[in-house]
Order: sequence, then C-alpha cells, then structure tokens
Amino acid sequence: MLKKKIYLDYAATSPVTKEVLAAMKHYFSQDYGNPSEPHLWGQKARFAIDKSRQKIADFLGAKPQEIIFTSGATEAINLAHKGLIEAIRDTQNGKPHIITSLIEHKAVLETCQHLEKLNWAEVTYLPVDKDGLIKIEDLKKAIKPETVLISVMYVNNEVGIIEPIREIGQLIKKINQSRITNHQSPIYFHTDVTQALQYLNCNVDYLGVDLLSLSGHKFYVPKGVGLLYFRKKTPLVRQQDGGGQEYRLRAGTENVPYIVGLGKAIELVQQNKVQSVKLIKGLREKLVKGILKNQGVRLMGSSEKNAPHIATFLVEGAEGEAMLLLFSEKGIAVSSGSACTSGLLQPSHVLTAMGVPPEKSHGSLRFSLGKENTSKEIDYVIEIFPEIINKLRKMAPNLDIFNR
Amino acid sequence: MDNFQLYSKKVLKHVKDPQNIGEIKNPDGVATVGNPVCGDIMRLYLKIAKRKTQKEKQEEDYIKDVKFQTLGCGAAIATSSMITTMVKGKNFKDAGKITNQAVAEALGGLPLNKMHCSVLAAEALQKAIKNYQQKQKK
Repeated sequence: MLKKKIYLDYAATSPVTKEVLAAMKHYFSQDYGNPSEPHLWGQKARFAIDKSRQKIADFLGAKPQEIIFTSGATEAINLAHKGLIEAIRDTQNGKPHIITSLIEHKAVLETCQHLEKLNWAEVTYLPVDKDGLIKIEDLKKAIKPETVLISVMYVNNEVGIIEPIREIGQLIKKINQSRITNHQSPIYFHTDVTQALQYLNCNVDYLGVDLLSLSGHKFYVPKGVGLLYFRKKTPLVRQQDGGGQEYRLRAGTENVPYIVGLGKAIELVQQNKVQSVKLIKGLREKLVKGILKNQGVRLMGSSEKNAPHIATFLVEGAEGEAMLLLFSEKGIAVSSGSACTSGLLQPSHVLTAMGVPPEKSHGSLRFSLGKENTSKEIDYVIEIFPEIINKLRKMAPNLDIFNR
Repeated sequence: MDNFQLYSKKVLKHVKDPQNIGEIKNPDGVATVGNPVCGDIMRLYLKIAKRKTQKEKQEEDYIKDVKFQTLGCGAAIATSSMITTMVKGKNFKDAGKITNQAVAEALGGLPLNKMHCSVLAAEALQKAIKNYQQKQKK
C-alpha cells in the first residue's frame, strides 16, 4: 500500500507551489509598502503589481488596464454581472436581459438571482444536453433586443465539459455588428475560465469575450486572489466602494504578495501548458479506462469535449459522500456532487440540469487531477476503487426499491 | 462544500467498520425507511426472542439480533450502525426509549445538517418493532 497521500481534488483547490511561494515571500515583510504611496516602499510594491498585471495581460492577450485584481473568481463574477447591469440599466429601453446556463457556478447563478430579485434584470437560464453542453440554437433563440449580457462558463467544474465559448463569441460579434449600425447597445459576453486556464486557450480575442473571471487557487496560488478582465469600454460600476485602487473599479489596498503570486503562477502555466496538458490527459485516460471496468459505473460529460483534468462518474448502489469518506480513509481526496455532501442537502444542480435524477446523482464521484499526480497513484486508485464500491454496495439494501 | 461541518471520530469509525451489517433471513420484524430530503435508504431487521424478566415471573420480548442495510451518506451509515449496537439485547420498552438525539449523542454528535440521518435510524427501529407486533396480532 502507498503511504503517501493522493490528492485528486485539484478542481476544488490546489497546493501553493514552491516557485509561487518564493515569488510572493519578498512582499510580506521586505517590500511591504502600500502601492498607493509615492515613497520607495510604495513604489516597489506598485512596480511588483504592475509587472504581474503585465504578465497576466500578455497571457490573456489583453491590456494591463483591462485587468482588475479581486479576492477571487466569485468577487470578479459579482463585479462583472452587477457592475455591468448597474452601469447600463438607466440607458436601456426595458429591463436588461441576461442569458446564462443552468450549469454555471453558484457565483453566477446566485448573482443573477440577486439581480432578478432587485428587479434590475430578467434572466434566461439555458438548459444543457446530457453531456452538459449548451446548444447554440437555444442561445440564439433566447436573444432579445433587451439582451445585454451572456454569461457562460468555459469549463464546468463538476463534470469538466468544455462549453463552445469561441462559437458563442463569434455569434455575439455578428449580432453586435448589426446592433452598432442600428445604434443599439451591444451584448457583452462573460466567461469564467477558472477551470480552463491551465489547459485551454484563454486569449480574450480568440474567445471573443468582454468579461473574463478567474481564481488563482486552482492553479497553485493561495486562496484569496483572482481577477476580472474587462474589455475597454465595457460599462462597469464598482461594487466595492472606497479608495481609487484598480482603476477605480475595486477599492481596497491591493493584496500585493498574492497578486505577485498570481502573476508568477500564470507565467508557470504558460511555460508548462503543453507538457502538463499531455501528462494530465494521459493520466485521465488511464483513470477513466480503469474505473469504467467496474460494473454500474458511468462517465459523465463527453469524451471529446472534456477538460483533461476532470473525470466525474456516476456509481450505482453507492452514495457519493460515503465513497468520499472511504477514499479519504485510504488517504485519497476526491469530491462528490451528492446531496449529502452539500450543506443545503440538494443534489448537484449541474447533474440535475444534465437530466440525472436525484437517486443517481447521489452516487456521483469526481476525480480532478493536477501536476503532482503520477501514474502510480492512478494505478492505486484503480486498484482500491472496486474494494470501496463493493463495501458500500454490500451494505446497501436490495436496489429493487429504486425500480418500483 | 457549503456549511460543511466535521464528522466526529466515532462517526468515521462506524463508516469504516460498521457493526451488524447485513440481512436476517426470516426476520421477526423488518422496516425500510427512506429519507425524502437526500434519498438515503435504510432497512433494519430484528430477531426477537423471549426471556424471563429479572423478577423471573414474567416473560418478555427482547431484541436478540439486529442487522441493517443502508444506502446513504456517512451519517446514515454511522447512525444505522450505532443504533444496532444500542438496541441489541434490549426489551421493547428500553429500545423504544432510543431517540434520534440519543443516537447522535452516542456518536459524539452529528453536524447540524446531518441530524435528519439520525431520525432515519430511530424511525427504522420503531417501525421494525411495530412490524413485529403487527405480525404477532395476526
């Protein structure tokens, strides 16, 4: 048996790498100045932030003035959605209309619901197919003259499906060309790339997005830092008032060391992308093949349109949280979309949108890979998986009750 | 996950090594209960026997053996396992006193959002006893 612990929950969060920590270290007690101050201390901090912002802008194909550092993707998403609607609601004829999908992260869904509650926006939640994909046709049909924002995630965090962001971007571009000739306000496009950043093309022009959010802690940065990209001229009202930091769009003294860490991590992503995609793709293929050898197990998402680091399964006759606990007991970290693992005791809204009934999503199990995983670890997981599900299946009453 | 609270060591112990798992063939009492909130399902089997009371004058029914089958989360498994260890050897009067609170306490407490799992275990026990009593009347 392996003594080492095996972490397979990288879609939840990741450890901070040595290089990132080393880059950050300097800005805790050495160059700790407030970047708003003109003295040397402040200027050193300012310089560090600017450098990080430039690196990130280069990576995204954006300008540095288009990057706002936040506390994470959730804050960036709140700012993008609320900030945009607040900025344009008075200039609009009729109530602003948002289109999003049923499988978005709670940060998007809850923010949209908040805007509905305030009566500031009307929201359409697009359905998805059994793989979790939205249909461009559905999106086209949902667009109205009042539509001002379309918000679709790049990679879904629960099943890893890749949404057709570039296609949506091209569609919106076309619509906006005719809107501009008719002196109508354009549709803005937001995507969250938190789960995509390390593996897919996140260039803002390639994707055709106006707003892009991400969180650092999924790629080896500490929790508590992220950013919002906003294309120049995108109307935005800041949601956190105070000082004039971040181009007056996000008040509060900058989190200098974390911003430096974020820049360093993105630099590392850029350097290692090809290699890490290859490694992780290979590991996932091996894992999927091994796990699917067990009976009553189904892979969620699509084999061609899935991010390389997420593999989610539905296991019949075993409950997700119980599996998670038994894996944990063996030193392996995994995740589940079972109702029992959510504080609200509701089945995963993503699996529900994909047409999975609650008694099936009960048995969901997510493995998510990262750069520290090895082939040996995957072997071990494949080896003990039958043990764990058989233990739970033996414990369960006759499954015929489900078929009544 | 949201509002996630930690399980006690005792809960985790019962998840790892649950007591009295399985089925009793031709049980004297059996009940299957389901939790509508999260879809957990638990079945409890009882073997009942008679014994003389301490005063040696009366006969009483007592739970000679008990087994469970559960499909559900850690708390559902742990409460199932725990209640079987609590009722074995008890007469109906004492077994009837086992509340969901008592099961949760015996496990060193449950996270608030998991308390409903302990309701499941207590409910299964009461229904299995009732099932036995109804069979006797026939």
